[in-house]
Amino acid sequence: MEHVATPESAPQQHAQQHPIGLYFKIWGLLFVLSTLSYLVDYFHFQGGLRWTLILLFMMLKAGLIVAVFMHMAWERMALVCAILIPPGALMVLVGLMASEANYTNLTRLLFFR
Amino acid sequence: MTDMPLDPPGAVAGGSRGASPPAAHAAPHGDGQVAGLRGLVADWSGDQQTFQVAWGKAMMWIFLLSDTFIFGSFLTGYMTVRTSTTVPWPNPSEVFSLDINGHPVPLLLIAIMTFILISSSGTMAMAVNCAYRRDKVTAAKLMFVTAAFGAMFVSMQAFEWTKLIMDEGVRPWGNPMGAAQFGSVFFMVTGFHGLHVTAGVIYLSVVALRLLAGKYDRGNYQIVEIAGLYWHFVDLVWVFIFALFYLW
Repeated sequence: MEHVATPESAPQQHAQQHPIGLYFKIWGLLFVLSTLSYLVDYFHFQGGLRWTLILLFMMLKAGLIVAVFMHMAWERMALVCAILIPPGALMVLVGLMASEANYTNLTRLLFFR
Repeated sequence: MTDMPLDPPGAVAGGSRGASPPAAHAAPHGDGQVAGLRGLVADWSGDQQTFQVAWGKAMMWIFLLSDTFIFGSFLTGYMTVRTSTTVPWPNPSEVFSLDINGHPVPLLLIAIMTFILISSSGTMAMAVNCAYRRDKVTAAKLMFVTAAFGAMFVSMQAFEWTKLIMDEGVRPWGNPMGAAQFGSVFFMVTGFHGLHVTAGVIYLSVVALRLLAGKYDRGNYQIVEIAGLYWHFVDLVWVFIFALFYLW
């Protein structure tokens, strides 16, 4: 780690310097995961299997990008929590809207068809 | 207590804080800082800087967090209209297929766009790596390659939009294939993402040009990492759009 105190950087800030091989490995993994998620559609997987695979590959890709490419794995916990916890509120919204959408669909099927 | 008269005036008030005496403020980011949960508490404690990164990087992360909420709301809205409509949703696998030698290949263009964006993320990561090695010429070149991938992505998106509007007759208010909401969701979500890619291409080009011009030579070229954060985020959003809009 090299510390360069400048007007642009906080004092003694850790530069995100990592071996270049790591980036190549993650790059390769992202290609593999993208191919796999494309193959889910290509081979017409349906139902629960399709959903499991799509969401699994999506989360793995997102995790790799955030953790390695965006260097979140090496940031301090204060920053990690400030960025990664608030999107949890979106999960609450998704849950609320999912039940609301199902209810709307039900009422439409009952009364507007 | 015996050595108290030797302490500087500020040290007395901070003596009770134990882990973080005021003396630490002079160099708060030394190697002795605590990690993990204790580090979380110490970093959020009062009277000091919370995020121990450059302000530009902290601001970029906070901007990206706000952008996460924008795209999150779009995708949640999409889920809501798609779940609640009683009209069948057009099958994206068929809508976005391309004919190769008379055989329709599902989602071909979208798959190519996905690989282009992932490649651009890879070159961007390399650019950040080169910048921290102080190899600014290679870093700038890689940023231009990244921007070129981005421009390719937007061009393919323009082709996709043209095909959908002209050939398939998709409009924001309806389409011949099924649920009317398909068009509005598609144009809004992919349009907003394309806007981000376009902005990213301009942003990366500007930073790369300024890098070559020597505008950042006094610093540690962290601006490349900050620009990279934005670019990786654009790729990240596409991961979710690809999975939730095209593969659902």
